[in-house]
Amino acid sequence: MVQADLNIILPEIVISVYAMAALLVAVYSAKDKLAAPLTWATAGLFVLVAVWVSGMTGEATAFNGMFINDGFARFAKVTILVSAAAVLIMSQAYMSRRGLLKFEYPILIALAAVGMMMMVSAGNLMSLYMGLELQSLALYVVASFRRESVKSTEAGMKYFVLGALSSGLLLYGASLVYGFAGTTDFAGIIDAAHHGGSIGMLIGLVLVVSGLAFKVSAVPFHMWTPDVYEGSPTPVTAFFATAPKVAAMGLFARVLHDAFGSVTADWQQVVVLLSILSMFLGAFAAIGQTDIKRLMAYSSIAHMGYALMGLASGTALGVQAMLVYMAIYVTMNVGTFAFILSMEKDGQPVTSIASLNMLSRAAPAKAIAMLVLLFSLAGVPPMVGFFGKLMVLQAALDAGLTWLAIAGVIASVIGAYYYLRIVFLMYFGQAQEDALDHRSAPVLTVMLMASAIIMVVGIANLFGVESAAMAAATTLVQ
Amino acid sequence: MEEMLREYLPILVFLAIAIGLGIVLILAAVIVAIRNPDPEKVSAYECGFNAFDDARMKFDVRFYLVSILFIIFDLEIAFLFPWAVAFQDISMTAFWSMMVFLGVLTIGFAYEWKKGALEWE
Repeated sequence: MVQADLNIILPEIVISVYAMAALLVAVYSAKDKLAAPLTWATAGLFVLVAVWVSGMTGEATAFNGMFINDGFARFAKVTILVSAAAVLIMSQAYMSRRGLLKFEYPILIALAAVGMMMMVSAGNLMSLYMGLELQSLALYVVASFRRESVKSTEAGMKYFVLGALSSGLLLYGASLVYGFAGTTDFAGIIDAAHHGGSIGMLIGLVLVVSGLAFKVSAVPFHMWTPDVYEGSPTPVTAFFATAPKVAAMGLFARVLHDAFGSVTADWQQVVVLLSILSMFLGAFAAIGQTDIKRLMAYSSIAHMGYALMGLASGTALGVQAMLVYMAIYVTMNVGTFAFILSMEKDGQPVTSIASLNMLSRAAPAKAIAMLVLLFSLAGVPPMVGFFGKLMVLQAALDAGLTWLAIAGVIASVIGAYYYLRIVFLMYFGQAQEDALDHRSAPVLTVMLMASAIIMVVGIANLFGVESAAMAAATTLVQ
Repeated sequence: MEEMLREYLPILVFLAIAIGLGIVLILAAVIVAIRNPDPEKVSAYECGFNAFDDARMKFDVRFYLVSILFIIFDLEIAFLFPWAVAFQDISMTAFWSMMVFLGVLTIGFAYEWKKGALEWE
């Protein structure tokens, strides 16, 4: 019995044991000299586990329904692991050049990955919370990784305090749900909600949704995002913008459909509100930004709004659209952050948008790749990003949320302004004397180019992500 | 229902006494105590000196490390205690779960030790 359970969570066990073994080996031997090899080894392990997980089939639950391994969880896990591996590879050169690469970094990322895998596989309020905290605690530490910088410690502190607040909200909601449903099992909650939910259960549901909205940084729970994105070391920001977002959206979908799938009407309005506010605030607030990391923070808030639009429709089509959207979003962000990581002036990192003036003359290849990515982020038709938006809009329309779809289109047009402003600066800006350095690490160039190429080539069939996401979505929404 | 509520009666009595006593003590200080404050009396007291520093100064981070370490092992006892009390009735799974838990804690402790977090100079 236990043997079978352990077999189901074997991928998580492998990464946890690896993290603990790596911690002991590194601290008892060469310490930070092992950091670079460990970073590569962790990235390699992530890719191997992703391949292993993607080869699994069927649906299984372990520990009396605490842990669910279904198609939905596997889709999310593969996205999480691959993007985490890509970010680790990108961080290595940047962090070791600045003396930031400590051996704890890849280990903390590995532990966060275990937490994220647990989140998307949670089948019980308790395993949900365990995964969420394992992920969050590791992320609080990496946010303040540049300990001597006031901004980085401030980012860590802010993230920690607001993260603790959101965990509190979520736990309070979970306790109400448990009180009124009599069980913490998602399977039990869905039954209890079906047979006449009470007002207490509804309050619990709203509090749980609020806690999760903090984690995906949906408006009005977004206020930590710009500061944390700006203050954290850039590779860490890249990580925050990718894998944890997928995990949090996965968990969101899991809770809404597995635990509250029988009372769609109760949470639909809440998610619609979160979605609209996120799309519009993300679009408006990004316009005035001068720092590209802050701009990406608002961009991610807006993108979460679109992903939530998929969830708001409450159908399998909506979950599919959300999964496809997140996969595209992560790919675009990896490329964009590869570009941001390569922004340097005299060997020092810069993040001001003004420094991109006339980049097309200094580095034409980088500029064209960035142009493709920015068009894709804005959702301009020939790029893959457009198809992501199209799918969530389609899902919203099918669910009868016409006005939500219209709001989404309007927000997307407003949001396009600030992406296109960067393109304008790169191609038609004012020439400046102290331009950015030409040279950039080969890894970053490869990531940037690969991401841009995917955005163009992917329009043929989205690399089959669409059908994989459909299969995943149908395992979640019956 | 009434039966169940009666079982909680001692707690109710306890709460009433606790709150009542607390209020009485605070009010007594307000009503009975003689007060004539002067600047010397209300200023911060620092072993006979004038206060020469802000109270909000930087602490050595090792105070926190030691207290965090204490909390971790304190919580470990909270888990171990019911486990030990029920030792007769638990299965091998429960036994090995606790062993794994202790192992994970030990790894963290070994890391902290080797990292030098416990050395005080």
